[in-house]
Amino acid sequence: MDFDNSKPIYLQIAEVFYENILEKRWKEEERIPSVREIAMLVEVNPNTAIRAFNHLQDLEVIYNKRGIGYFVAKKGFSKVMEIKRKEFMEHTLPDVFKKMNMMNIPLEELINAFNQEKNEKE
Amino acid sequence: MLNCKQLQFNYPKSRPILKSVDLNFGSGNIYGLFGKNGEGKSTLMKLVCGLLTPEFGYCTLFGESTHARSVQTLKDLFFIPEDFELPALPIYTFEKINSVFYPNFSREHFYTLIEEFRLYRKQDISKLSFGQKKKVLIAFGLATNTPLLLLDEPTNGLDIPSKSQFRKILASSINEDKCIIISTHQVRDLHSLIDHMVILDNAQVIFNQSLSTVSDALWFGRPSKENESEVLFSESTFGGRVILNREFQEESEVDLELLFNGVLSNPEKINSILKN
Repeated sequence: MDFDNSKPIYLQIAEVFYENILEKRWKEEERIPSVREIAMLVEVNPNTAIRAFNHLQDLEVIYNKRGIGYFVAKKGFSKVMEIKRKEFMEHTLPDVFKKMNMMNIPLEELINAFNQEKNEKE
Repeated sequence: MLNCKQLQFNYPKSRPILKSVDLNFGSGNIYGLFGKNGEGKSTLMKLVCGLLTPEFGYCTLFGESTHARSVQTLKDLFFIPEDFELPALPIYTFEKINSVFYPNFSREHFYTLIEEFRLYRKQDISKLSFGQKKKVLIAFGLATNTPLLLLDEPTNGLDIPSKSQFRKILASSINEDKCIIISTHQVRDLHSLIDHMVILDNAQVIFNQSLSTVSDALWFGRPSKENESEVLFSESTFGGRVILNREFQEESEVDLELLFNGVLSNPEKINSILKN
């Protein structure tokens, strides 16, 4: 895994979990790899991997069955959606607005671009 | 688990390499030992495993002096030096002769690693390249399962795919009972594994902190206009990154290289923030 060097690694590992859950590679109530397996896969200290697992457990994305392992929570998919939407609204969008301001891009231009993209896809 | 007390050392007719070094290493951690060339990293490692005699002070592993080199202590530690000589023997003979000294040695693990490194048990060690010899020694060191593992510049001589393999192997071999100490200049090779940083400079320990303490107190990244004035350390390159007091900012990943340079340029400043 390639780490971008600004975000803490444990959060970057969490991102990979989100992706796997959103793309349904990891389904709800399904077992996911262990802390040790993740540490090995992404080549990090197991302590860092544990932090990612704890973080996701606190957010109720995954849960631990003692002695068996970690599973995607029953409502894991919608939890991740909620987290990613919040992130988009609170971080990505303000960033876009800042750039629009800086470059004098009016909202209409954005709407046009959005509609055009939509039409092309359909 | 491993304690160094007032360790002092100099080679004949040279300035002191280590002046009263106090260090404690606990299990469950991967320590990164950093310092400029000739600042005593390798010397410290050799003192720790009893290959050199301290002028003053001592090192103990589980309470026993390592300098005494008792069977009890030697079975609990393994040192992979930067330069080494291996006998001209087939790999499996080397394993047979040396593994008996380590009660927790896993032959299965050793040969798995040998295979992962694309070596064969019948290969003659003397016919291997430097990097391949290093792989034999790394595989052996990890298979000994000793509580203490010392690695001096382990990624030197390894090719690109092997560095990633090495990280995987190391990540899977650390556990609550083990302590791994790595000295390296190749910060980027190993930054995702190290969780505690020790810096030697001017024959002394000038920095000794867990990275979780560091990331709680400091912030690493590109400065914005608002925080330009509070910079603790900045790279002199154009668009360089800086170290700031973290305060209410979101946590950032510790940039070991930046931290190392920051500590060297002004150890008191960084250390005083981490103490609070």
